[in-house]
Amino acid sequence: MSEKKQGSIVKVAGPVVVAEGMMGARMYDVVRVGKLSLIGEIVELHGDLASIQVYEETVGIGPGEPVIDTQEPLSVELGPGLIESIYDGIQRPLESLYKVEGEFMSRGTTLPGLNREKKWHFKPVVENGTKVGPGDIVGEVKETTLLMHKIMVPAGVKGTIQKITEGDYTVVDKIGVVVAEDGGKTELQLMQKWPVRNARNVKRRLGPDKILVTGQRVIDTFFPIAKGGTACVPGPFGTGKTVVQHQLAKWVDADIVVYVGCGERGNEMTDVLTEFPELKDPHSGEPLMKRSILIANTSNMPVAAREASVYTGITIAEYFRDMGLSVALMADSTSRWAEAMREISTRLEEMPAEEGYPAYLSARIASFYERAGRVECEGSPEREGTLSTIGAVSPPGGDLSDSVVQATLHVVKVFWSLQGRLAYQRHFPAIDWLTSYSFYKEYQKGCFEDKERGQDMERLSIEAMGLLEQESELLEIVRLVGAESLSPADRLSLETSRSIREDYLHQNAFHKVDTYTSMDKQYEMLKTILHFHKQALAAIDASVETADIFKLEVREKVVRAKYIPQEDMGQIAQIRDTIDEQMKKLQGSAA
Amino acid sequence: MLKEYQTVSSISGPLMMVEMVDRAKYGHIVDIELGDGSIRHGQILQVENDKVLVQVFEGTRGIDISKSTVRFLARPLELAVSPDILGRVFTGLGEPKDDGPALLADKRIDVNGSPINPYGRDYPNEFIQTGISTIDGLNPLVRGQKLPIFSGAGLPHDNITAQLARQATVLGKGEEFAVVFAAMGITFEAAQFFINDLQNTGAIEQAVMFVNLANDPAIERIATPRFALTAAEYLAFELDMHVLVILNDMTNYCEALREISAARKEVPGRRGYPGYLYTDLATIYERAGRIKGKKGSITMVPVLTMPEDDKTHPVPDLTGYITEGQIILSRSLHRKAVSPPVDVLPSLSRLKDKGIGEGKTREDHADLYNQLYAAYSRGKEVEELATIMGEAALSEEDKKYMAFAKLFESKYVCQGYYENRTIEQTLDLGWELLSMFDNVELKRIDIELIEKYMPRFRKNKTEEAK
Ligand SMILES: Nc1ncnc2c1ncn2[C@@H]1O[C@H](COP(=O)(O)OP(=O)(O)OP(=O)(O)O)[C@@H](O)[C@H]1O
Ligand SMILES: [Mg+2]
Repeated sequence: MSEKKQGSIVKVAGPVVVAEGMMGARMYDVVRVGKLSLIGEIVELHGDLASIQVYEETVGIGPGEPVIDTQEPLSVELGPGLIESIYDGIQRPLESLYKVEGEFMSRGTTLPGLNREKKWHFKPVVENGTKVGPGDIVGEVKETTLLMHKIMVPAGVKGTIQKITEGDYTVVDKIGVVVAEDGGKTELQLMQKWPVRNARNVKRRLGPDKILVTGQRVIDTFFPIAKGGTACVPGPFGTGKTVVQHQLAKWVDADIVVYVGCGERGNEMTDVLTEFPELKDPHSGEPLMKRSILIANTSNMPVAAREASVYTGITIAEYFRDMGLSVALMADSTSRWAEAMREISTRLEEMPAEEGYPAYLSARIASFYERAGRVECEGSPEREGTLSTIGAVSPPGGDLSDSVVQATLHVVKVFWSLQGRLAYQRHFPAIDWLTSYSFYKEYQKGCFEDKERGQDMERLSIEAMGLLEQESELLEIVRLVGAESLSPADRLSLETSRSIREDYLHQNAFHKVDTYTSMDKQYEMLKTILHFHKQALAAIDASVETADIFKLEVREKVVRAKYIPQEDMGQIAQIRDTIDEQMKKLQGSAA
Repeated sequence: MLKEYQTVSSISGPLMMVEMVDRAKYGHIVDIELGDGSIRHGQILQVENDKVLVQVFEGTRGIDISKSTVRFLARPLELAVSPDILGRVFTGLGEPKDDGPALLADKRIDVNGSPINPYGRDYPNEFIQTGISTIDGLNPLVRGQKLPIFSGAGLPHDNITAQLARQATVLGKGEEFAVVFAAMGITFEAAQFFINDLQNTGAIEQAVMFVNLANDPAIERIATPRFALTAAEYLAFELDMHVLVILNDMTNYCEALREISAARKEVPGRRGYPGYLYTDLATIYERAGRIKGKKGSITMVPVLTMPEDDKTHPVPDLTGYITEGQIILSRSLHRKAVSPPVDVLPSLSRLKDKGIGEGKTREDHADLYNQLYAAYSRGKEVEELATIMGEAALSEEDKKYMAFAKLFESKYVCQGYYENRTIEQTLDLGWELLSMFDNVELKRIDIELIEKYMPRFRKNKTEEAK
């Protein structure tokens, strides 16, 4: 590598440092700042002056101290060892840092993102002499019980593979060589690097085709997200954004989950760290941690690293997508990311747009969500990968006219609107069924093996939503003229809607059984509630009093259906028989 | 070698510019000696070449451009600590304020602290019994949590913080504890009330106070919570104590921050508060917690007054976005003489779920609070409806819920500031109130728990036994 450029600090203002003597440095080069050698990134160049956002606290730094240009962009290390890791916003391994420097973060310490000592067993899948190009899978490492890590040819490398051998390697050992046509040689390692601010290459982008099952009833039934889709969860504080994100991280049917804690609470990350190894993936029975990667740049950690954290997260997510996997990324909260952008922009004295945010806010948000999608991966063999992105948004005062919310709604296809009103009633998840939406609803029926069942589910969910809409109108009438004016059928609609809300949409994330509901169980539950409605309507036509219908014993069973474990699901269908029996009895005595 | 300069070039608001300074460091502190020999303290906010921008904690009134000398101390703001800080009172800038003996420092600690490595945290899950039903029963506090009180002008938050400091214990454990109290811009009377209360119970020996009163310099308040938390970290993580930190009043802190921001002519965010208010508050609140392998813990109760009782005001809003729940006080309950006037519905403790249940409090705790909430919330809804349409329009069922809400407020919420209820008393009281409902209506409670704890079944059981 050429000689490293060295400049010197002229200004320090919080997370932004300006250095002179930086002629020849490039935008987004990583630099080491001051005697403590803090990590920073060049974000502005004026002549020989470079403005640098520093990823660590700058107290004690001053003019005259050196700045060294590493001449490399901010990159992440990609390879075996990512799974089960917890990183800060610039991929510093927090577990190793904890072991080296203790429970408080100190400054200037860097450790590589991937462990350099650990050996992995590598098995080639191509033979010497094979022609390979970027993205081609050349071998595999069994990283965890859940993941066969594919080793791919890095971008820009093309030629004939040689000296590829099975064996135990560290991530930087040579596993083979690619010889280009002009004779140039590139050594292959288990690890490759990628600059976080650029999206990774794909062969072709495809539209969505399936939904990502989350096990959360209100989401899967009414507002599903597609594999490769994008969703946002805005809401005032304490309405359940993080719980939704954690629930998704736990239960989505994805191969890999990347969870980015961006400017949020330390304890929430600890929660994930302590809980995930204990929880079992409902599909494989393995601990959830074996498919998870955490990025934790909490609110009290440096803001510049917070700004970088979502890029670090999504680059790692793309890398796994490129192996042909289905990946889900949660970012909590994108508002804190936007605020980090704003803080840096302010210190750079850029011209602010709305609410002090930089003018490029919407563009950055849009290009972040654009990195999600279903794609045909680069390289051979042919494979398809998906990356679904779900971002929490924390608008000031819960006001949805906030710039970050608006910019996000512009690009995402699913909107889960959290309402303070519902949260105060402890209706969780506090997702408002009347204002939320999803553009992926049409793919829902595809997730049932039984085609008919899929169509039936579609019908049920439309009927249920119809009742909920009717409820809001009826409640308006009740508010104006009182409940007496309602017909028995209207009263029933109100009661059924209440049942849909309380017995179906309400889902306790902390209940052993209720926390996850399979698609089939969702179908059975909803079918039962609407079956009651249908039978009750018939009874009303036969002049049965609504009060008697509401008092039926079977209703307690409907209420508690959510607590019936997956393996005893047959019991839910039996409730429908009990409904029929009890209704028949009622009609008998009314006649 | 300390560097001294007489090159103050401008003063505006709480800020001062010093020029021709050789190699100043961002964030370090300075002493400013005025013409009359008095000393003020400042901190460096920005350095550009040889120009240094300093915020003056005591304010700039009376500072003279030509006669002042600025001494660069080449270190950040620090607190001198030793076990003897217990029982002492300090100024908002960490100088002893009582007439106790001089403190021999074991060491000096940078008050800015360092972020806790998220991997090094231990999850807070030990229940703290506060003796207040609305907290213990519905919004349980756990060791290492940060749970603010959202109050308003004229509401009795001082009584509640005093009650907390007096009653908060961790079930079944007699470990060492300490109270750290930071007063920021509160009245002498409010501070004295708290101190007297600690004195009466003898807890004052285990307390450390940092006091910046309403008539003390406003900018000093920016440093006060950091001093308090540095003391707390020292007590918790070096001396193994369980520390309760009370920060009162964070709204005044934020106003001081706003004043600096305005003086720096920064682009203002909502209501003039700086755009980095969230980050700044986080560097305070996130210092609460537990750490792997350490015995002690920091539990934090910040108090803030919501301007115009508006929860969406930036100070409560951003606080709520960082802390692990909030206890909100209600003016209408206060008017009805319900004390402590905790507004149950919007209050929330987010860490409750891992701190309660069998072996911690009791197996029925979670279901019970879910049900109490649901019933009370329905009752309040009906109450609202009744004020619009009159009680006549209500169904029998509605009336029952409304009656429940009234009873709940007068028996469960209202307990006064000196009644210290055990968790069993709080839980049993909940069951007693719910006994007016049939089982079907108690959707949120496991049927087995109803049969075990509901008074009507318990009675049957004792009768059977006879
Ligand atoms: N599905 C759920 N089941 C049970 N409780 C829930 C559920 N969702 C949310 N809650 C309750 O609401 C609380 C707040 O939720 P959460 O922490 O997710 O809010 P948030 O929107 O992320 O807030 P903030 O913006 O401040 O981070 C939780 O601690 C929990 O008590
Ligand atoms: Mg959250």
